[in-house]
Amino acid sequence: MEQRTVGRRDFLKTAAASTAAVVSAPAAAAAAQEQTPRNGTAPVVSRDAETGRTPVIEAITTERPGSDFMVDVLKSLNFEYVFSNPANTFRSLHESLINYGGNKAPEFITCNHEEIAGAMAHGYGKIEGRPGLVIVHGTVGTMHASMAVYDAFCDRVPMFLILGNHLDAAERRSVVTWAHSVQDAAAILRDFVKWDDTPASLHHFAESAARAYKIATTPPMMPVALVADADLQERPCPKDETLRVLKVPAIAAPQGDSGAIAETARLLVAAEHPVLVADRLARTPAGLTHFIGLAELLQASVVDQKNRMNFPTRHPLNQTERERAVLSEADVIVGFEVTDFAAVRSSKPNAKRISITANDLFSRSNYQEFQRYAEVDLAMAADAETTLPALIEAVKRLITDDRRRYFQDRGATLAKAQQEALQQAREAASYGWDASPISTARLSAELWSQVRNEDWSLVADVVFVSNWPLRLWSMDKHYHYIGGPGGYGVGYGLPAAVGAALANRRHGRLSINIQNDGDLMFAPGALWTAAHYRIPLLTIMHNNRAYHQEVMEVQKMALQHGRNATRAHIGNKLEDPPIDYAKLAQSLGVHGEGPISDPRELGPAIKRAIELVKRGEPALVDVLTQPR
Amino acid sequence: MMVLLLTASASAQTPAPQNAAPAGNAENGKRLFTSYYCYACHGTVGQGGSAGARIAPRPIAYAALLRYVRKPAGGMPPYTSKVIADQELADIYAFLRSLPPTPSAQSIPLLNQ
Repeated sequence: MEQRTVGRRDFLKTAAASTAAVVSAPAAAAAAQEQTPRNGTAPVVSRDAETGRTPVIEAITTERPGSDFMVDVLKSLNFEYVFSNPANTFRSLHESLINYGGNKAPEFITCNHEEIAGAMAHGYGKIEGRPGLVIVHGTVGTMHASMAVYDAFCDRVPMFLILGNHLDAAERRSVVTWAHSVQDAAAILRDFVKWDDTPASLHHFAESAARAYKIATTPPMMPVALVADADLQERPCPKDETLRVLKVPAIAAPQGDSGAIAETARLLVAAEHPVLVADRLARTPAGLTHFIGLAELLQASVVDQKNRMNFPTRHPLNQTERERAVLSEADVIVGFEVTDFAAVRSSKPNAKRISITANDLFSRSNYQEFQRYAEVDLAMAADAETTLPALIEAVKRLITDDRRRYFQDRGATLAKAQQEALQQAREAASYGWDASPISTARLSAELWSQVRNEDWSLVADVVFVSNWPLRLWSMDKHYHYIGGPGGYGVGYGLPAAVGAALANRRHGRLSINIQNDGDLMFAPGALWTAAHYRIPLLTIMHNNRAYHQEVMEVQKMALQHGRNATRAHIGNKLEDPPIDYAKLAQSLGVHGEGPISDPRELGPAIKRAIELVKRGEPALVDVLTQPR
Repeated sequence: MMVLLLTASASAQTPAPQNAAPAGNAENGKRLFTSYYCYACHGTVGQGGSAGARIAPRPIAYAALLRYVRKPAGGMPPYTSKVIADQELADIYAFLRSLPPTPSAQSIPLLNQ
């Protein structure tokens, strides 16, 4: 039903939809005048009325709003899901997604907080290797989401954000709309996204969406943000313009300079004790495969800093447990996407240090996540995963029979040391085995016993359980571990796990989350999302009932200041009342069991929970644990 | 022999051992181990973890422990005599010595998978 009318929303504000009338431009201006606020401030006049623009054919009911075209664009980018908390600055896009887009590819995933939406996209992105789509309010929603965006930025994970907004003051309907409008919606994120834009037209939206996706997925991968103005969403698509969805290319990531690769190969082959250090290296399964290939070719020590699944934990060359020992004697150290390479040092003064990282290709200034300046002999500004095949070929060309024999002997020594280190880790895990609260080593071993014969994926950071899974479990697939939050923002754990589990669902993997209690309390609503969408996820609570990291920090200050050393719990304990995580989970539709304090009861509880998860449900087991 | 000695010393009032530790009250030591947050890094039974070293069972000699607690290396902050008296440390040491030995990793099937 099309009629000559005022701007669509002007009409809706001033008249019942059933009384639509044909009015001229001056009439539109008059209508705007009638909207002068009672306090007598100047009226806000819409662009059409202000310019006296010839009335265009508009619609009371719009058959093809701009947001439909935005959905066309988003579908072209192959998003599976949109992680979002609904808000009126993107109501039109929301409606287009569920009706015009059929709520498929992308499917709307309701999140109870924008930080949950961002962190779910973060976890999803690490499993899938491509950006998750997040749509939030341009003001309050972006503020909520900002921590999750910062985590993804630090963790070099792509994310595609759309921020709703009402830029045109004439289009703001209420005091709330005014409070939720902003001149520059992306400004709050600009220090920790790789690129942002505020498209002024649908054609601009299409172009910027393609550009944003390309930028986000070119290493170093990071979040990007587009502002989708409500006016642009809700106005009809122009009839006199052919809108086009732009093609996004396959991305060829930047490979290291050929001369630098040759020099790195020369140093590695000639080294007596080379060490390969990886942090955010393996973006894809190929990264893991190539890294194994390089290490085995050289029979070199590998230290895995484990922000990605870079190297099998029980590989004979994995010397992570012996990091200090192998680094102290290293004569060549090559860092592969190492975040803090300054901290990776040999005790040999003439040791050569080479970094290969895409971080050298892009930096922001304000937030200091770029870490200390790393003194190196050669800095290869390149994506390490993409550089590995060429480096492997360069190494192959230089290996003589003599060197190969030497490498084999070196590998045998390292294999023996790796076995001894594994045994030492097991011995260390045996201490406190029967303790209550349950030791984090016992928790990890009980869990490993139950999942090791499944196709599993550990979707949690494990630094707060003393990294026991990394020490005790055999991990060798790229989805076996996805690292930590990046920016160390509390609240990442649960929603990132749910997002990763959503990505794992279609692969039939058993997703496992070891969940810190303090972290869960930041965003427990993610449990509801897991239940609502039937996301299979096993959550084992690391319920140590305090912010123990901060207990230690405050205690350190009390001791440094020579004061009362028995009060560091104040502000840090989560005990009075005790939080019942099983009941919390149950209230959100998730199977909950516990709290469990007897280590003998833990294995059976995990088994019961796994049975539910394998049927496609989330489940949580609350475990009272040791601090670390 | 040391293990037996430590196991036998689980009574509340621990006599001075061979390494010249003063007599300590293990029960009070357990309380102090909690109230001074030793457990936050070392675990409630001294098993250790990523934040702190294993210190039990079979703790290092008392004199070495005392030296380290007063002037530690690494990440541990100093517990001066102003904060913890020598007798309190002796009580903590008695608690650490009272803790039973742990089974070996080889004897725990879950640690051999």
